[in-house]
Amino acid sequence: MELTINGTKHQVDIEPDTPLLWVLRDELGMTGTKYGCGLAQCGACTVLVDGQSTRSCVTPVESVAGTEIMTIEAVADDPIGQKVVEAWVSNQVAQCGYCQSGQVMAATALLKQTPKPSDDDIAGAMVNLCRCGTYNAIAAAVRDAAQA
Amino acid sequence: MNDMRPIAPEVLASENGKPFKVSRRGFLGASLGALVLGVTLPASRTRALAAAPAAITPGSRVAAFLEIRPDSTVLFRSAFIEGGQGIFTAMAQIVGEELDVDPANFVVEGAPPGPDYLLTGGGRFTGGSMSVRMSYDTMRKLGASARHMLLQAAAAKLGVPVSELSTEPGKVIHAASSRTVPYGEIADDAAALPLPAEVPLRDRANFRWIGKPFARLDARDKSTGKAKYSIDQKIDGMLYAAVQHSPRLGGEPGAMQNEAEVRGMPGVHSVHRLPGAVAVVANSWWRARRAVEALQVNWTGAASTASHPMPADFSSAAHMAKLKAASGDGVAFETEGDAVGALAGAARVVEAVYDAPYLVHGQLEPPSALARWNEDGSLELWLPNQAPEMFQADAAKFAGIAPEKVIIHSPMLGGFLGRHFLYQTANPYPQAIQLAKAVGRPIKLLWSREEEFLRDALRPMAAVRFRGGLDAKGMPVALSAVAVGEGPTGRWFGRQPDKVDSSAVEGIAGKVYAIPNRRVGQIHVDDPAIIGFWRSVGHSMNDFFYETFLDELADAGQQDPYELRHRLLAGSPRHRTLLEAVADLAGGWKRGPFVAEDGTRRARGVAMASPFGSEVATIAEVSLRDGDIAVHDVWVAIDPGSIVNPAIIEAQMNSAVALGLSSALLEEVVYVDGMPQARNYDGYQILTPDRMPRVHVRIVESGAPMGGIGEPGLPGVPPAVANALSVLAGKRIRSLPLSKLDLKEVDG
Repeated sequence: MELTINGTKHQVDIEPDTPLLWVLRDELGMTGTKYGCGLAQCGACTVLVDGQSTRSCVTPVESVAGTEIMTIEAVADDPIGQKVVEAWVSNQVAQCGYCQSGQVMAATALLKQTPKPSDDDIAGAMVNLCRCGTYNAIAAAVRDAAQA
Repeated sequence: MNDMRPIAPEVLASENGKPFKVSRRGFLGASLGALVLGVTLPASRTRALAAAPAAITPGSRVAAFLEIRPDSTVLFRSAFIEGGQGIFTAMAQIVGEELDVDPANFVVEGAPPGPDYLLTGGGRFTGGSMSVRMSYDTMRKLGASARHMLLQAAAAKLGVPVSELSTEPGKVIHAASSRTVPYGEIADDAAALPLPAEVPLRDRANFRWIGKPFARLDARDKSTGKAKYSIDQKIDGMLYAAVQHSPRLGGEPGAMQNEAEVRGMPGVHSVHRLPGAVAVVANSWWRARRAVEALQVNWTGAASTASHPMPADFSSAAHMAKLKAASGDGVAFETEGDAVGALAGAARVVEAVYDAPYLVHGQLEPPSALARWNEDGSLELWLPNQAPEMFQADAAKFAGIAPEKVIIHSPMLGGFLGRHFLYQTANPYPQAIQLAKAVGRPIKLLWSREEEFLRDALRPMAAVRFRGGLDAKGMPVALSAVAVGEGPTGRWFGRQPDKVDSSAVEGIAGKVYAIPNRRVGQIHVDDPAIIGFWRSVGHSMNDFFYETFLDELADAGQQDPYELRHRLLAGSPRHRTLLEAVADLAGGWKRGPFVAEDGTRRARGVAMASPFGSEVATIAEVSLRDGDIAVHDVWVAIDPGSIVNPAIIEAQMNSAVALGLSSALLEEVVYVDGMPQARNYDGYQILTPDRMPRVHVRIVESGAPMGGIGEPGLPGVPPAVANALSVLAGKRIRSLPLSKLDLKEVDG
């Protein structure tokens, strides 16, 4: 099976129903994308599939063959992703940081589709869990990134 | 020397005197990346460490903590583990201030086990909101000592007296000759010098970094996926393991009906029986997990030898009923005046029973352990932990080798909350050690979220019986509290039957209000669950009990709850100032109910707490919509005495509000038939973004001895919210979580 991840093609030989998350982490060594729940509850595993925010822990790898997958490893190479990262740093969002890969990817997906999101748009898109409760800083960072 | 791991005094001084080597790849896997590539350990420093005297004063030996690299950046080994609380940044600020190096030029990592790092009362433990307050003076002195050694080395190099030298960040200056020497050029010479006995510390008035909102050192790595947690570690030749635990603790695996079939599943290396669990080792974690969950295991009942076996008929509801039914006054912990007599003579007596449920930690990084047996018989572990020496000792005992043969790596923690203490059945590393031995290869074991929610150490369940006496004017004159349950400190550090475990009563005892006659007692009831420390420990629920009962007394005495607290603090200026500060921050106190600009009917609640050496006052503003509780704003005033980083304090108050609110509104572990009913976040809800209130923080530096930061913001939140909600609901609320309440009939 061929996957296009961060613009690079990868051949993987794996059971087709394997979640994309574990292909990224264990087969390809891209550990920036995190495992939190495995049930699409927390969003720590969020990646972009054709620009859409996608929870990779419940996404069978066969379903994303032929798509453009973007992970946190390439976020700073993306013009919108770069703005999000800078906003995350300047707002000092991260505490333990474990969920933040997924948060940054969710924000990048939002701003790709809605460059000037309303507060309701932000609330609707930024639904990943953060046990450190960085939610206010996340919302502020998304607003900043949209202004940048 | 390049392939040597970062300084590990206990290993460098091992029995044969030879430095221990591991593969370069292993070192890189646990390090912070490219910056550390330049790390070398000069021979002089190795000798200095190997020849170190047996009695080491923790926090004194510069070389154990600091390595100044050729580019004048600093590698700092922190005694405390970073789990989001910002300790790495705080350490860089404190040490950098005295060393005269911009904290931004620090790379900080968790130190290995060793006598140099025993900075919390002779031990080493990241928790109890202790890190900065226990090490502040020592780390300042360490930085100042290193600066002094650099000045001496520069004096020798330039051939001038030390008295003619000064420093600017990262360099020594000889003003008379306009010469400068970067720290990196003299670091090796400086490291060979003896430690100074006395060094002057920088005048507080001249601080550049301490007390300032310095940016976190880990912000960018954590925003780009580069931060490495235990779950992300990878070493050559490793296999992955997943486990299925006995549904009740103490059960053992019997026959596995489909074992042969599971052995044939893709990628499966082997199937194993472990104490209380079965495991599959495979070439990827997903394959291991799928296989282990396919195993059909006959679980036995708990063996008679099992410690803390979970009874098959255990239910949290029945245990709660047992706690609430416990009679008597228990063992006294805190007494003042004559509570019994004053209650008997009171104009009015108010009685109430409060309770709080079991909680899981719910940190987002599931526990894992990577174990490798090295050829020389040593054991290397990468694992989330908040006490490296304790894990080292326990792993050594389990593995049957000497502690110095166990090498502990302590990566960044993906959530802290008290989860990564030594809880035995709640820690995966014994399983990883056993599996690595069995298969002869390194094993990375990861617990699924479901296994984590099955085996996490819970915040204990608790109930408290209060009796309060009021005088004719409605002022409290007596208070009696009996806490029923078990505290985590007694569970893990040993309990004396005739003494009260303070972790069971903290937050009921130690309150600051001038109620003349008080008694706080405890009735110990063994908790059948595995219990542990949860952020703010006893305070996380006990301040809820006390501060909501205080509002009951205010109501019974027809007093405003803020005014009552203010009166009870008349003799305590520090606390009165803090209470006034939080009211000021909130635009003035008003209890409500009142109608907000958006038309919602709202009320405010107030609470105070004295946790972990700090003082906190909290106000919450709450409304109800369709029976659902909305918390709009939380105001927190904290007095930690003095501070290191106000931005990190504000972030910690935000996260404490979030966790306190999550526990108040939503969280509850329910056991039926000895099994937890929720095994993932779908059944155990935690705070979602839409429920997050605005958080407003004011820091008051009273100059009192430095207090903690990581936990103190939490305890005031549940009572402030519950007190506000009681106003809206028109009835007292005595049980958590609040989501159990049916509030539809009281919609405003």
